[in-house]
Amino acid sequence: MNPVWTPPQQPESFAFDADSEAEIKVVLGKYPAERKASAVMPLLYIAQRQMGRQTGSAWVPLPAMDEIARRLEMAPIRVYEVASFYTMYNTRPVGRYHLQVCTTTPCWLRGSDDVVSACKKATGISQFGQTSEDGLFTLTEVECLGACANAPILQVDDDFYEDMDGPSTEKLIAALRAGVRPPPGPMVDREVSAPQGGRKTLLATDSAAGPQ
Amino acid sequence: MVRVIVDGIPVDVPPGSSALQACEAAGKEIPRFCYHERLSVAGNCRMCLVEVARAPKPVASCGFPVADGMEIFTDTQVVRRARRAVMEFLLINHPLDCPICDQGGECDLQDQAYGYGSGVSRYREDKRAVTDKDLGPLVKTVMTRCIQCTRCVRFSTEVAGTPELGLVSRGENAEITTYVEKALTSELSGNLIDVCPVGALTAKPSAFHARSWEYKKTDSIDVMDALGTNIQVQARGGEVMRIVPRVNDEVNEEWLSDKGRFSVDGLKKQRLDRPWVRVNGKLIAVPWKDALVALARRLDGVSGDRIGAIAGDLCDAESLCALKDLMTALGSVNLDCRQDGAWYDTTRRAGYLFNSDLTGIDQADALLIVGSTPRHEAPVLNARIRKRFVDAGRGGFPVGIIGAPRCDLTYDATVLGEGPETLTALLKGENPFADVLKNARRPMIILGHAALTRRDAPAVYAACRKLAEATGVVTEDWNGFNILHTAAARVGALDLGFLPGAHGRSASSMVRGGVDVLWLLGADDVPVERIPADTFVVYQGHHGDAAAARADIILPGAAYTEKPGTYVNTAGRVQRAFRAVFAPGEAREDWRIIRAFSEVVAHTLPYDTLEQLRERLAAVNPVFGMTGANVAQIPGSALAAEASEAVTFDETPFRPVIRDYYQTNVISRASQTMAECSAVYGAAAAE
Repeated sequence: MNPVWTPPQQPESFAFDADSEAEIKVVLGKYPAERKASAVMPLLYIAQRQMGRQTGSAWVPLPAMDEIARRLEMAPIRVYEVASFYTMYNTRPVGRYHLQVCTTTPCWLRGSDDVVSACKKATGISQFGQTSEDGLFTLTEVECLGACANAPILQVDDDFYEDMDGPSTEKLIAALRAGVRPPPGPMVDREVSAPQGGRKTLLATDSAAGPQ
Repeated sequence: MVRVIVDGIPVDVPPGSSALQACEAAGKEIPRFCYHERLSVAGNCRMCLVEVARAPKPVASCGFPVADGMEIFTDTQVVRRARRAVMEFLLINHPLDCPICDQGGECDLQDQAYGYGSGVSRYREDKRAVTDKDLGPLVKTVMTRCIQCTRCVRFSTEVAGTPELGLVSRGENAEITTYVEKALTSELSGNLIDVCPVGALTAKPSAFHARSWEYKKTDSIDVMDALGTNIQVQARGGEVMRIVPRVNDEVNEEWLSDKGRFSVDGLKKQRLDRPWVRVNGKLIAVPWKDALVALARRLDGVSGDRIGAIAGDLCDAESLCALKDLMTALGSVNLDCRQDGAWYDTTRRAGYLFNSDLTGIDQADALLIVGSTPRHEAPVLNARIRKRFVDAGRGGFPVGIIGAPRCDLTYDATVLGEGPETLTALLKGENPFADVLKNARRPMIILGHAALTRRDAPAVYAACRKLAEATGVVTEDWNGFNILHTAAARVGALDLGFLPGAHGRSASSMVRGGVDVLWLLGADDVPVERIPADTFVVYQGHHGDAAAARADIILPGAAYTEKPGTYVNTAGRVQRAFRAVFAPGEAREDWRIIRAFSEVVAHTLPYDTLEQLRERLAAVNPVFGMTGANVAQIPGSALAAEASEAVTFDETPFRPVIRDYYQTNVISRASQTMAECSAVYGAAAAE
């Protein structure tokens, strides 16, 4: 069943700021003038990031979509279609930190349920899609983030926190609450997706004398 | 041509055709939901699956291009099982509410479920529900029934040119919506109801009124604009319930304007259903005989030149012919069919026709619109211009317009100027659009009534004509000089010469006291307040509008759905409408009223039957003998040339003739639905 959809409170207006304008210039430069509608996805993302900078909630409000439609000379509904299709565009306000937990099979097998319940416990959120009462966190269930080797994954805004478990999730959220963004990457002792505790194979290649 | 073999039947189809078209050419019926021959191919319903030899799996035939020697199988075990599977998926979320669904009986999904549906559902989970959308006063939505074929999205984007509908979200949450909850701003929105293959989009005004199989269906012609849209009037129990378009590629393709479709409730309101005679300033209902005798008495002793007749915009050619014959018998040459005071070149038939025919738009490669807003004056024609604009691609069909339109025309149009002085600039070559016209192979000019109803209309017409000749709009094999009429009766009346004869009075002169007895045949848009009190007004028509209120005698006539009639569209195409229902009360077909009255005044008209009258029509102008054909090329009988003194340009800009698209004639003014539309869209329309 679909949850009852309530329209979000939209801001009165939206205007791109100087930083965004600079980015837009670069993006529009990539497309021929008569095909500039191709820039709709980058522009939506620029708008979303600007909202994150300005209001602490990275989402794309309706006036921003209308502004993008105006700039790219396309029908507003075409922008709404794109923005609503891709889950990475937030069409309603989110918290300052957008917690995106992967619950697809590899992450689930490696304990994403613990991550989810830790998120809920630490933020007070009861359901996916909700924002915590302090407005800091929004919890979203996402599909495979493509980092299954480091399952389970908790994506905070644009950063992957990997090899999560319950305690490390709670620790991460506590740090975020304190205004600190810990360095992203594996939460266990390993480099990117290399084995835990260092290299396990090809150890012999360290010796100067290879098989001659 | 490409030869393909469909179920063993070899067929030749043009290269680039789809497998589905090849199957249709071979006479095979392919089930489909999303495919529509006048829209782009989406290929998302998967119902049209067929098997192609050497293809690893069934292919969606609507989007599969044919290749030479391709073998298609439309009725194999694989195909049938695949379609059944598709149908099962479509029905997963489709409610089983056919008994309360307005689409029931004319539903593609219902029909095809008979062929491919399974008797039981294997689906045990919750069905999804979708919130209904408010699309305005015309289109009702039950979005849970939607199967997301996106025909409506493609129609509004491609044909109507008002991209407001979209498929938003994804997966289970996907839904058709305007996203911002707004009424559709198209004059063609009723066609969404026709293209929707299920009951998601249905007609709001006729919701829950009747079942499709209960209707008595009668072919007719729309009179809300001058396009002559082919319609089917669907009636039940003597009441017109709804109007839907018929397919005619040469006129309206398969579209119908909203005013033509939804004005039906106006046919039941404010009707004149009995004769009235004004006695001591008060209208009194009387029997027919008394009304005709009273009128005959009033006419007694009035000389012919003090009698006049003005015909309105919705009249059939039969009644126009009868009235003209009656007036001639009474010795009057005071006839006019131009209640808006328009000026036409009536010396030849090509002077007042849309000469290229509506299909000519498909071949034109440049267009100059002078004093017209096609979107309001003929929405279906506007869709055709848009189709040409879209087909021609970027810059392939430049459109210039003189007189800024009050709405978005749905295609890029350069506003060249506001008034007739722009024509001078074009003639002198000062305006770059002159070169655009000159360089085009088939340029077209559409001259509208914002220009033709002005005092300087002859000069504007002459300038356009000159421009047309200078830029190759009129050549040996191409005549792109087009008049876009706004009144359904106008061309027929002009063909019959329903115009002032020698020293006859024009409509405005008659209204301002030029005659003692004024016969208004459905002429509701004349300025009745200007008619002097001592003019005796006879109103013959079907609605109690302003003109009927002023009348001294009211003769109740029949509306266009209630009489067999002949109408000539703006391109000169003669088309016949049939009677769908009977006129209410004592109202009668208009030509019969005139015929009956002619007997009372001892000038009996020489026709007793409709057939005889139609013979008379053909005798007056041979075009009336050629119904259905494109008769634009037939030289019309030379009509009386109007003495036109040299008129110079007015400096004022062209002003659109239609202020409110939804309220342009007696029927639409009487319609509740049109009043609602006017309230919703009126502000936008008046901008």
